[in-house]
Amino acid sequence: MNEKNKNLMIDIQNVSYEYSSYIDESIQLAVKDLSLQIERGEFFVVLGHNGSGKSTLAKMINGLILPSRGEVLVNGMNTRDEDKIWDIRSTAGMVFQNPDNQIVATIVEEDVAFGPENLGIPPAEIRKRVDDALEVVEMTEYKNHAPHLLSGGQKQRVAIAGILAMEPDCIIFDEPTAMLDPSGRLEVMETIKKLNQEKNKTIILITHYMDEAVEADRVMVLNEGESVMLGTPKDIFRQVDKLKSLGLDVPQVTELVYELNKEGYNIKDDILSVEELVDTL
Amino acid sequence: MLKDITIGQYFPGTSIVHKLDPRVKIIIVALFIASLFFVTNFVPYIFILAFIAGVISIAKLPVKFIIKGLKPLMFIILITFAINLFMTKGEVLVELGPLAITKEGLRQSVFMALRLVFLITGTSLLTLTTSPIALTDGIERLLSPFKRIGLPSHELAMMMTIALRFIPTLLEETDKIMKAQMARGADFESGNILSRAKNLVPLLVPLFINAFRRADELATAMEARCYRGGDGRTRLNELKFVTRDYAVLTGMTLFFAAIVSTRYIW
Repeated sequence: MNEKNKNLMIDIQNVSYEYSSYIDESIQLAVKDLSLQIERGEFFVVLGHNGSGKSTLAKMINGLILPSRGEVLVNGMNTRDEDKIWDIRSTAGMVFQNPDNQIVATIVEEDVAFGPENLGIPPAEIRKRVDDALEVVEMTEYKNHAPHLLSGGQKQRVAIAGILAMEPDCIIFDEPTAMLDPSGRLEVMETIKKLNQEKNKTIILITHYMDEAVEADRVMVLNEGESVMLGTPKDIFRQVDKLKSLGLDVPQVTELVYELNKEGYNIKDDILSVEELVDTL
Repeated sequence: MLKDITIGQYFPGTSIVHKLDPRVKIIIVALFIASLFFVTNFVPYIFILAFIAGVISIAKLPVKFIIKGLKPLMFIILITFAINLFMTKGEVLVELGPLAITKEGLRQSVFMALRLVFLITGTSLLTLTTSPIALTDGIERLLSPFKRIGLPSHELAMMMTIALRFIPTLLEETDKIMKAQMARGADFESGNILSRAKNLVPLLVPLFINAFRRADELATAMEARCYRGGDGRTRLNELKFVTRDYAVLTGMTLFFAAIVSTRYIW
């Protein structure tokens, strides 16, 4: 790894992913010639509607699938390198959509221990990591509970703790809130922000909730496997017309500003939070 | 309604019975079952009863829990009792038409019924005092010597853990699908056995499809968490024999040896 790339967590170079369609066996591209660099400590959000290639991209970063063309480097390690695959997966952990389908054990702390157990870490160290991880996601008091008795948000936090216990530098969240109720979504988003800010983890959040993208460092909009927009949330969300033409919504506040400006008001178009809007008005 | 079903119920506690190494408990239960079949006399039953009562009181298990565990098997116990009562030849005590109760039959039926009751309570003591995870751990470790002859002990234990993990999830899902189908007019409760079985098809199809999808997602999630089989894997709670385990195991082995020996003494 050369000096210039020291801060590079994820380096995606001209990546494409092909699959053959179920219907006519024609070759389809889920991801088309995508290049992307994500820096250490960044909070990066990938937006896109269903079928835009978001999940494919996530699975490629974790080495669960390999790109058809191009390279994916995680902390300088190529996902094509079979010897490094376990290092890659413990460097870039992944949290999935359905909390029920990623919890393995019948007791919360046993589940959190699953990752470190697979890595062959000594029991005393596992104990410490499990306790720390549960502390971070604020689930310590549930450590001896059965997972199926927890709420959706709690289950998802247990799943996050399970990844955290592997001590990854980067965590990929593949629509972690899609199956949760509003309060569960809030819990999980708070946890994700905390991981980024306090634990300095690189976060890649894949979502179709625009509101979750507002606090990101950078946002990428995927459409049909291509990166169509990339920039800070302010840059992205001021382009309301473009987002709408891609079939995406904008955050409520942005929507309001957009409608007000259409009616002839003249408000800054990069407002993302309620407080900002209140101040401006 | 399906949530009431509990399999391998565990009654959490902190007693010495709970804390014993699961391997010791599994071995003791195996010895217990084996020795029960050696008993030919009522006298050793007193000691077995004392053993069961002792474990229950040390583990502070509620007796009604144990009795509840016997209920579903009451039918089998009663049938065994009746067959033994009427089918054993010997000195006739009472005659009821074609059926006769003999003195030997009475003795035999009580004896067999008690054997069944002991078998059930004895084994349920294991599941009541051992968490499913400890149980599968114990089984994995006990079977690990057979790995050399190709027995996939880790894989078996992992399958058991996952099955236990998903029983409540799948029950919940069954409940949900049932209600959804009932809301659209499905009938699961009337008709004869054949039509009832037919009515289960719209329940089973989505349940199976969902189970396969879950399995697929779980496998991906496990891979993402670096699961690669049992080799090189460590455990959060490693099983370790302590003095207590050796002492209990030795004591219990002697106890059951004594029970077995009664067959040859009397």
